Amino acid sequence: MAEKVIMLGNEAIARGAYEAGVKVSSAYPGTPSTEISEYLVQYKEEVYEEWAPNEKVAAEVAVGASLAGVRAMACMKHVGLNVAADPLYSVSYMGVNGGLVFVVADDPGLYSSQNEQDTRMVARAAQIPVIEPSDSAEAKEFFKTAFALSEEFDRPFIFRTTTRLAHSQGLVELCERVEPEDKPYVKDIRRTVMMPVNAKQRHIEIEQRGLELAEAANTLPINTVEMRDSKIGVITSGIPYQYVREALPDASVLKLGMVNPLPRKMIEAFASKVETLYIVEELDPVIEEQVKSWGIPAIGKEILTIQGEYSANMLRRAILGETLELKAPAEAPQRPPILCPGCPHRSVYYVLNKLKMHAAGDIGCYTLGAVPPLSVVDTTMCMGSSISTLHGMEKAKGKAYVKNWVAVIGDSTFLHTGVNSLMNMVYNQATGTVMILDNSTTGMTGHQDHAATGKTLQGDPAYAIDIPALCRAMGVKNVVTVNAFDTALLEKTIKEETAKEEVSVIITKSPCVLLDKSKKPLYKALPDQCKKCGMCMKPGCPAMTKLEDGTIRIDDTMCTGCGLCADLCKFGAIELAKAGE
Amino acid sequence: MAVKNIMIVGVGGQGTLLTSRILGGLTIAGGYDVKLSEVHGMAQRGGSVVTFVRYGEKVAEPIVEEGQADVIIAFERLEALRYAHFLKKDGVLIVNDWRIDPMPVVIGTAQYPEHILETLEQGHRVYRVNATEESRKLGNPRVFNLIVLGVAAQHMDFTKEQWYEVIEKTVPPRTIEINKKAFDVGYTLLS
Repeated sequence: MAEKVIMLGNEAIARGAYEAGVKVSSAYPGTPSTEISEYLVQYKEEVYEEWAPNEKVAAEVAVGASLAGVRAMACMKHVGLNVAADPLYSVSYMGVNGGLVFVVADDPGLYSSQNEQDTRMVARAAQIPVIEPSDSAEAKEFFKTAFALSEEFDRPFIFRTTTRLAHSQGLVELCERVEPEDKPYVKDIRRTVMMPVNAKQRHIEIEQRGLELAEAANTLPINTVEMRDSKIGVITSGIPYQYVREALPDASVLKLGMVNPLPRKMIEAFASKVETLYIVEELDPVIEEQVKSWGIPAIGKEILTIQGEYSANMLRRAILGETLELKAPAEAPQRPPILCPGCPHRSVYYVLNKLKMHAAGDIGCYTLGAVPPLSVVDTTMCMGSSISTLHGMEKAKGKAYVKNWVAVIGDSTFLHTGVNSLMNMVYNQATGTVMILDNSTTGMTGHQDHAATGKTLQGDPAYAIDIPALCRAMGVKNVVTVNAFDTALLEKTIKEETAKEEVSVIITKSPCVLLDKSKKPLYKALPDQCKKCGMCMKPGCPAMTKLEDGTIRIDDTMCTGCGLCADLCKFGAIELAKAGE
Repeated sequence: MAVKNIMIVGVGGQGTLLTSRILGGLTIAGGYDVKLSEVHGMAQRGGSVVTFVRYGEKVAEPIVEEGQADVIIAFERLEALRYAHFLKKDGVLIVNDWRIDPMPVVIGTAQYPEHILETLEQGHRVYRVNATEESRKLGNPRVFNLIVLGVAAQHMDFTKEQWYEVIEKTVPPRTIEINKKAFDVGYTLLS
């Protein structure tokens, strides 16, 4: 018997890529897709994998590898697919040489995202077939199926996961790697140069391929019918299948492994055998609207939400009408995510808050500067948007208006899509100030390297893009680098740079505290010296507690010795208890 | 065997992901079908985090729902309070008697509830351990979660040898000894 191991959904996808004979993978980190690339590194002898600066680049790298004749993939989160939408819509016309799969991870319930968009909608618009697994074992096996179908039908595929699939572990049986022979590259501009004359013809051809695939879907082994009691029939796919099995063990189920295009004949036959048909899909009614458009009566979003994740109890209530007598949750104060103790962003935001500045924000840990007590970030929309948002404000209200505004963006996000926005500021004569909070890593997703860290995904040394030099090369005359914890210098610099009538870039350079594995210093509070003024509590450090008598306690298991609190105390009531090593 | 439902709750950064790897390894060693569900990403930055572990003959749903947990392992008091309603009748709640203030409490817009353990003890089987203090005695406050696991081990279906084996395989090599020592502290503490 094959060896069974426990794997995270993302780990199983990486294993599937290895077994499928994938040779090239490119990705930009994004929860919940990040770990796929990290787990792929163990197969680096066989599979080349890299971090790209953004998802558009990653998708295009995968397209290039596919055209060259090998199996290739790109990984991203749902909003990353928006960045990669440009190549996506056109590679759909081009087709593939080696199998080509884009892994796209949706986030129902918004665990770590700015919206709840449904990738299946994008896929339908771009005419890209979609495969969706329901557990780790399927994640690995279906991934191999995706490559086989991609080559058979000359279509790039999307492999759709959700947070719950990506971050759940389950048992997986390991198989050997089967590496298909590299296909020869054959020059054929009719297929690979998408100018109108060629694209017109390809559009006709891919519509035909879509019809063939839809027909084949009726007999695909990954679309399965489980006939049980005929009173209730359910069409479902992905993680919701597990909730259906848990809540409705007697129901008949049509489980879709391929959710675009749909197997119409299979669905019609299944619908005719059951009394009431339910469609259970998280997020948008993608299956439901198509099934209903064929005149098949079904119940879906009338009783099930388009927001958030589903669960077995939700189905018990909605479909079986069960009233579950459950204890109410106790009243407890919320515990939202926060900047870590010792995070350099806290220091930067403390200074911005003190100066009563507004910040156009971006995507990363530093988004957390929006909430009290820091309350500096006013906007967060998408990767790279801080700089262009600030620019729009200036053009709307004039340069005086943005004197108390800055844009804040992380190093990885700046390289992702911030560079173009800064170029736009210089080109269009803006005067705003951009702060690049450079913590030398992609922080929020769990410390991935990028083009300015000097190391590749495979662990090899690489040229580290010089961010200040890059800004200067684009024409920014005022580029200043400051240690994030030097609050006095930072305050002075922000005042000076925002006062200038030119674009300024302030780079606050301090590594992510979680990245620095050295033994950290430790501070302690001296209650006898404490004047109970509350100054040290202003930055909102989670390692600090205000005791009932108004004095402060510093939690020695959490303090990382950044010294910001001691820096703010005018009375010497916080002192170094232990030096770092 | 009926599916057993375990939850690990705590504050992002407290080591819930390491703990879930240990539990995952154990259930395989026990020959069960298993599903675990974790939280990665933003909530890991000091937010409230929960890991679900389900094992038995055949497991479908990867999450534990309200009223279904056999054991809840809480690394912090407030998080024990937040998730206690997930316990089934006769379920066991193991709590690290430790307080980490959430930001609304730090900035004074909310109060940290008083007498959490006493409240919980009125409706549930609660085992409390000050694992953070105990681990300090071992010289490494980071291994507190293995002490809590040691306590929890008495309410789960695995032998001490199975726990040892999985700890050895899961934690960084140079911390194996201290982690096993921490597990022992918990294992013998309330027995």
